[in-house]
Amino acid sequence: MFNDFFAQFWPQTIDGLAFGSIYALIALGYTMVYGVLRLINFAHSEVFMIGTFGAMYVPFALGINSPLTGVALVGLVVAMIAAGALASAGTAAALERIAYRPLRKRGASRLAALISAIGASIFLQELFALLIIPTVFDRPERGRIQMGLPRIMERTELFSIFGHKVMAHQVFVVVSALLMMILLERLVNRTKIGRGIRATAQNPEAAVLMGVDINKIVQMTFLIGGAMAGVAGALYLLAYENTNYYIGFLFGIKAFTAAVLGGIGNLRGALVGGIALGLVENYGAIIFGSDWKHVISFTVLVLVLMFRPTGLLGESLQQARA
Amino acid sequence: MNQKNAMSNIRSAWGGFTDRLHHAWAVAPWWQRWAVYILLIVAALLLPSDSLAPIMSPYSDWASVLFFPIGTFVVLAIGLNVVVGQAGLLDLGYVAFYAVGGYAMGLLGTRLGWNFWEILVVGILICALSGVVLGAPTLRLRGDYLAIVTLGFGEIIRITARNTDAIGGPNGIRGIPHPPSIEGVELFGIQIFKYGVLDPRPYYYMLVALAVVVIILVKRWEKSRVGRAWAAIREDEDAAEVMGVPTFRFKMLAFAIGASIGGAMGVVWAAKVISLNPNDFLFLLSATILAAVVMGGAGNLPGVMLGAFIVAWLPERFRGLQEYRMLIFGAVLVALMIFRPEGLLPSRQRKAELKEGSGGMGSLGAEVAGPEAKPEVVEGASK
Repeated sequence: MFNDFFAQFWPQTIDGLAFGSIYALIALGYTMVYGVLRLINFAHSEVFMIGTFGAMYVPFALGINSPLTGVALVGLVVAMIAAGALASAGTAAALERIAYRPLRKRGASRLAALISAIGASIFLQELFALLIIPTVFDRPERGRIQMGLPRIMERTELFSIFGHKVMAHQVFVVVSALLMMILLERLVNRTKIGRGIRATAQNPEAAVLMGVDINKIVQMTFLIGGAMAGVAGALYLLAYENTNYYIGFLFGIKAFTAAVLGGIGNLRGALVGGIALGLVENYGAIIFGSDWKHVISFTVLVLVLMFRPTGLLGESLQQARA
Repeated sequence: MNQKNAMSNIRSAWGGFTDRLHHAWAVAPWWQRWAVYILLIVAALLLPSDSLAPIMSPYSDWASVLFFPIGTFVVLAIGLNVVVGQAGLLDLGYVAFYAVGGYAMGLLGTRLGWNFWEILVVGILICALSGVVLGAPTLRLRGDYLAIVTLGFGEIIRITARNTDAIGGPNGIRGIPHPPSIEGVELFGIQIFKYGVLDPRPYYYMLVALAVVVIILVKRWEKSRVGRAWAAIREDEDAAEVMGVPTFRFKMLAFAIGASIGGAMGVVWAAKVISLNPNDFLFLLSATILAAVVMGGAGNLPGVMLGAFIVAWLPERFRGLQEYRMLIFGAVLVALMIFRPEGLLPSRQRKAELKEGSGGMGSLGAEVAGPEAKPEVVEGASK
């Protein structure tokens, strides 16, 4: 068992980092919405799913099905990320508008919001399985079957670590995710909108009295969180080259676990939690076998909530001082 | 604006009607209530009639549909209502207990050759125990966190069942025995105790009996000290604790009772279906049962049963729409939460809680009354 562990340690670490950064990007959406609304945006998983399909649409529409190089590759990757982010941000904003805002206006309970989110989640999954995948992606009768992305990024070895190859696409995922995180950190800490988000998270009443337009801030929070999930979707698609209408469920729960692990409401916590979960999951998979990978994540979730519900970093968005 | 007025008029008219009904029921003498109970049971027993079948279920066998999903959902919803509606604990992994019951029937029946009735008793005990085992670590959490952890546990149980070859792995269990039949007991030409493969009606009658027992027990609990403790916990856990309610113990009890009911249903269901596999216990089932509870009006037993009936029956009735039914179901859930978050037949107490915005679970943050938020018309005030 331990020989296996050491033999697979580095490849699994690298893979865990790549998966972890995708979890982290999705976790940002959970964390931001939770920080502002005290709401677990249960339908965020579908926002991620739609991001993968948004990114898929670009090569599909352009009819690209062979690896690209140079400027063409960079252009396509940027376009895919942008398309994913756009599709997801739009979905998240629509969700807020249709499924949450009316409830918020009535002062409904969080249980009602959760049910609304579950309903929206089922609706979006079925919408893709029944209508969008068969028509937009021209796959009649195959809406529920996994859809592959033709290889766009050549699988090249970038460098090796203790004799184990590190592939370019893995580095690309981690670096892009980190870049997005830095961007978001700056957005939240340095801009007017970011200040509004922090103010609302700290104390909504006081924020309103200070002239913060709370509806706009909530909308922006959903937009930004959605865009992050869309980027995550595009990165996942580029690196792992498949998606389906149901993909959001597992990623959603794991990203939520990551958010809780890092401390929900805490932006850096999402990063730490995501990476930690990606690694723990993969190390666990070496020991117990990859069938148990998901069980390991859920167990981590349960253990964290039991013993340290404030997460690893604890400090939350509303406590972060301006 | 006019439309909005019309909406609220309809709403308050409906509210007035249910209020009056509620009142009439509360002051009715005991024999009238018992007459209604017996009428309802007789109606339930007469439901699988051939004359109803073409209206209720033109696409599949009506009696089978009555057993699963309708009857099954109703019993599961009653069980989940104890946890969600009465104790206010949001459980998204309820299907786990149903699965434990189903697997108990499957394993004890095929491996050890136990009799259905023995398994029913043991299965209920196993499920109560598993409720306690799952509850002990998780019930210190509240609200959304509890919801996610229970969801996690539900998935852990399903994936563990799938990965464990000793209990059939992904193929599940086959050849689960039926309950022992008593031949010759005939009523209106139906062998009511003959548990075979062909006729689903005996199973349905058994299910009705189970439902009646469960309803009586749940009603008694609700009216007892236990029920009051649950209501106190649901409304304000800290206040309940301060007032001397041992909240943790009562939450565990709610979990164990909910689990036992889910488990009993799992045993009965498994005894009919012959084979089961881990994919019978997907998260979607938990979500659907929860939707039934909330849709009907969490905390109010008739409402919850109505909700379960609708949630189970509509997709079967409109099988003609085939795959679109889940799409519509999702949209209906969202619409319902927007227009009637308290459910179709809400309990009065819950309605009051929701109006305060607490709903027993805290309201959304950032719900500050802006200039556009108007105070809602008090329901029933217009009369």
